[in-house]
Amino acid sequence: MIQPETLQKFQAQYSQAQVSEFRGQTRAVVPREQAYEALQWLRDQLGFDLLVDITCVDYLHYRGAEHRFGLVYLLANTATNERITIRVFVDEPDLTVKSVVPLWEGANWMEREVYDMFGIIFAGHPDHRRILLPEEFAAFPLRKDYPLRGRGERHNFQVITRDKS
Amino acid sequence: MAVELPENVVVSKLDELANWCRKNSLWPMPFATACCGIELMATGASRHDLARFGAEVFRFTPRQCDLMIVAGRVVMKMLPVLQRIWLQMPEPKWCISMGACASTGGVFDTYCVVQGIDRFIPVDMYVPGCPPRPEQLIQAIIDLQEKIQREGTIAGKEFELPQRQGRPRALLELPVIQP
Repeated sequence: MIQPETLQKFQAQYSQAQVSEFRGQTRAVVPREQAYEALQWLRDQLGFDLLVDITCVDYLHYRGAEHRFGLVYLLANTATNERITIRVFVDEPDLTVKSVVPLWEGANWMEREVYDMFGIIFAGHPDHRRILLPEEFAAFPLRKDYPLRGRGERHNFQVITRDKS
Repeated sequence: MAVELPENVVVSKLDELANWCRKNSLWPMPFATACCGIELMATGASRHDLARFGAEVFRFTPRQCDLMIVAGRVVMKMLPVLQRIWLQMPEPKWCISMGACASTGGVFDTYCVVQGIDRFIPVDMYVPGCPPRPEQLIQAIIDLQEKIQREGTIAGKEFELPQRQGRPRALLELPVIQP
């Protein structure tokens, strides 16, 4: 839920943002250039002090989709219990967005996970590595053009037999 | 040669004696990664009491174990760890693959889950089930005990390759080659 006056303030500040609502949840699509600035403004001016999650959606082959990736920031105001979803669309070939670790320390691992699964690059991240998969993994498995069963990475190991062990 | 033995003396082979000792004091290495591990714990706990079969001493260092129980799915990041633990266990050693995931990957047919640990390490017993009940694991251990009694030797001959064993084969076993 979000208070109407909070939303009005946000829309007055960022008029290009497309605001919509679904089942009581407010989400706003913010242009990519303004994303960092808008998140900082939401934190400082409107009191959205908690970054609940960062996740990503791959819209490849999605009906009616105009962009490839949608980065999703879930914000919460712990004082007033307001919540808002900020969505930023990212397209190939430039998959770089500005890291929000300077705003919320907790974004560190979330951005690493999004990088691990989707290959979005977060500029300015202090520790930009994979978090779940092995370092030598060569793909981004949650992209829709990656096969569900992988490309044989799961069976690329040496075999230990009785006479070898 | 008739030697008078007292009634409380039994004559056996040394291999038989060693196998009998081994099978009744298995020290399992619990490689529990998922819900099968809960059943493994239940098997070791008081109700099912694995101590009845001499296999209750779970050790968390592979150097003290001779039976690896892989309970749960193994992902590609975990497989090198599994192989390393297996190599660190001293001979003689055995492996039980517990549950559908360890044996075949189960329902997790995805890019990161290994489709059966027997692709990468040797397995002696497979336990079906998702997860198997403690009774099934106990049955597997009983079957493994039979296997140890039947096959184990002091020289470790059972771990050699078949062509190096040099077991004399009966004529009837050989394939008949038609000219």
